[in-house]
Amino acid sequence: MNWFAKWVMPAQSSTLAPDIDNLFWFITAVSAFFFVLIASLITIFAIRYRRRSASDVTPHITHNQKLEIVWSVVPLLILIVIFFWGFNGYMRASIAPANAIEIQVRAKKWVWEFEYPDGMRTLNEFHVPLNRPVRLVMNSEDVIHSFFVPSFRIKMDVLPRRYTELWFEATQPGVHQVFCTEYCGKGHSDMLARIHVDDDAAYQKWLVEGDESMKTMPLPELGKITYENAGCATCHSLDGSSGQGPSWNGIFGQTRNFIDGTSARVDENYIRQSIMEPNAKVVKGYEQIMPTFQGLLRDRQVLGVIEYIKQLK
Amino acid sequence: MANVLTAAPRPVQHHAPGENYLNTPKGIRSWLTTVDHKRIGIMYLWSVLAAFFLGGVLALLIRIELLTPKQTIMSAEAYNQVFTLHGAIMVFLFIIPSTPAALGNFVLPLMLGAKDVAFPRLNLCSLYIYWVGTLMAIGSILLGGIDTGWTFYTPYSTSTGGAVSLMTLSVFILGFSSIFTGVNFIATIHKLRAPGMGWFQLPLFVWSMYATAVIQVMATPVLGITVLLLFMERVLKIGIFDPALGGDPVLFQHFFWFYSHPAVYIMIVPGFAIISEIIPVFSKKTIFGYKAIAFSSVAIAVVGFLVWGHHMFVSGQSELAGAIFSFLTFLVAIPSAVKVFNWLATMYRGSISLKTPMLYAISFILLFSIGGLTGIYLGAISVDVHLHDTYFIVAHFHYVMMGGAVIAFLGGLHYWWPKMFGRMYNEKLGAIGCALVFIGFNVTFFTQFLLGTRGMPRRYYNYLDQFQPLHAFSTFGSWILGAGLFLTAAYLLATFRKPMDAPRNPWGGRTLEWETESPPIVHNFDFDPILTHGPYDFRPARTRPNEPVAHRS
Repeated sequence: MNWFAKWVMPAQSSTLAPDIDNLFWFITAVSAFFFVLIASLITIFAIRYRRRSASDVTPHITHNQKLEIVWSVVPLLILIVIFFWGFNGYMRASIAPANAIEIQVRAKKWVWEFEYPDGMRTLNEFHVPLNRPVRLVMNSEDVIHSFFVPSFRIKMDVLPRRYTELWFEATQPGVHQVFCTEYCGKGHSDMLARIHVDDDAAYQKWLVEGDESMKTMPLPELGKITYENAGCATCHSLDGSSGQGPSWNGIFGQTRNFIDGTSARVDENYIRQSIMEPNAKVVKGYEQIMPTFQGLLRDRQVLGVIEYIKQLK
Repeated sequence: MANVLTAAPRPVQHHAPGENYLNTPKGIRSWLTTVDHKRIGIMYLWSVLAAFFLGGVLALLIRIELLTPKQTIMSAEAYNQVFTLHGAIMVFLFIIPSTPAALGNFVLPLMLGAKDVAFPRLNLCSLYIYWVGTLMAIGSILLGGIDTGWTFYTPYSTSTGGAVSLMTLSVFILGFSSIFTGVNFIATIHKLRAPGMGWFQLPLFVWSMYATAVIQVMATPVLGITVLLLFMERVLKIGIFDPALGGDPVLFQHFFWFYSHPAVYIMIVPGFAIISEIIPVFSKKTIFGYKAIAFSSVAIAVVGFLVWGHHMFVSGQSELAGAIFSFLTFLVAIPSAVKVFNWLATMYRGSISLKTPMLYAISFILLFSIGGLTGIYLGAISVDVHLHDTYFIVAHFHYVMMGGAVIAFLGGLHYWWPKMFGRMYNEKLGAIGCALVFIGFNVTFFTQFLLGTRGMPRRYYNYLDQFQPLHAFSTFGSWILGAGLFLTAAYLLATFRKPMDAPRNPWGGRTLEWETESPPIVHNFDFDPILTHGPYDFRPARTRPNEPVAHRS
């Protein structure tokens, strides 16, 4: 049965998951029992009591109080058990332990931004330590989003101008997928993030040094990864087709016309400015919707993106 | 049968042989100005079927797009508009009016032995309002479309482009059509019952229609006000829901679900209504637990108003509110379970005939049971947190809405088709059509429970590769489902190519609509019906105790 459970649900990777899954399987057992009961009775009745002639006479049974009380009260009792079980699990998931590490989460169309207590910020990826509670304090800059980690069994809406909270304690190292589950427009299904669960030593090292790869990777390759992970790909295509923003294909060296009537050539300075002050120069035909990446990308990532764009032909 | 009713012909209302409500009087004008509940019901029927067709084609397009993880046939913008329209059309233009306004309009006065509904002109007005609302909905598609989802959640809906304002006005107007039908039915049921028809001699269809009408009248104004506030926020920039203007986006969700959860019962209680007619007739046995079924409809209507917050367990509402809504949600499950057990007990020791309407009724019980049982997962808060806004929800509400409400509507359509049009359809094709729909439906939507438990979020245009096999399987199922529905449309329409051949009472029903001709004459009955037996009394006449003597009026 274990393989079946793993096929139905993602691997249990937080301290909250086992209790939730146990309730899930308890409800499944109750449901399966009642469904099989209903389906068998229908089948048996349809065969055993099939119409033999148009003049069949059937017994006139109007009701049976005892039976009716039984089939109202028994399901009610089962449901009350399920209610308390579910409520109990929900309360555990609602109250974060006092010693939890706090990470600020900001959502905006269509990126996730994470900020650590020391001020370090990351985009669409963040690291947490294994077996230690983490509390997320979440807020949206535009519409409602929702933060969902299937393998942790946690989810909470992220609202504009109001904080919501979520906590978890990861029990499995590795990478865990985050989805946005409140519909937020064109890029909704690309508003993904990833949680890296590290053991304590690796986590401390990451806090101080950041990703090792970021320092050694060739610039264009770093640019490509940044393009995919930092949310650029949601709006900017590589094949020349226009999305929410202009395509990056072959733009380096081109002259672009802006909505304020000015124009400029795409060079290193223009790309850097477009990342840091995206609304300073907006290409004609597009809206002023791009968020700034000031403070979110490390300098080497910006250089990487510039080198990456140079290569796109 | 003859001993059921008095048969005093009204001399003034003689009708020529061959005359019925369909052909008397003739001409398109006579249809557009009619106040006959039967004609209005038929015009509603064709309208909602057209909406069903449109919504169904959009559903097939959605499934084709989801065949591959990235773009398949349309852009992300187009996809967002298509799933929004699919939901809005199916809910507001098809399911909500389907059983009450189309089938109910036709059948309810006949069941009561009445000549028409209480307010015939209001009835016609409701149809015109429905048409105006529909035109505005189509207009909003042509004028830029909407991409908010059928739920119009703020502040996305106040900030996105497109024709959201026109669509919200359309929903506002459609609400009145629903309210008018509800008001009409309440008055009709109170005032126009045949002599001898007390509240507990009412067919259960009528009881459920009554419960539905009460919800329509009480809940729909809240939707009207909500979409009007949304409209005012978009057009006049009054801050109600948009936090940028000082509003509260979660307030919108409370308002919206305060209507839209009862609206689930506006859609499914009429389904119960139809099934409670079909099961006893095709089991040739009296309904088990008449009062339990009647009162459970009313209980659902009342408690259904108090569970809206279960749509919002992860919205940021308080833990206490979540707990209360969770508990009430489990309470409202009981009356639905009671109905299923009653239907099963009705089949016990019956004389079961598996004609097409009964096949749909059995499909309904099975699919609705799955829809109801999966609701338990979602009522349990800790499990709901994982499943909320995933494909598990999509599967669950399709089992209730399509597997429940729409399957019951199709059952009712087959049950009353001979009465409405005087024509029998091909039973063999009926059975094949029902089987294709049942299999196709399960392949399409059961798969989506698994997508949901594995974490696939809803309203996703692109998705991770790991979900593709299940998505492809679901799309494959949608083709079987589509084939079943097209086959059904084909053999039903084919009945118009042959002469009228339906007897008055092809299924052996005991309710009053089977006592008049098929199709009925303009004034429904050529005598004043007086009730002398219950709606589900299948005992032979001589064994019925205390048979009242039929008296002439």
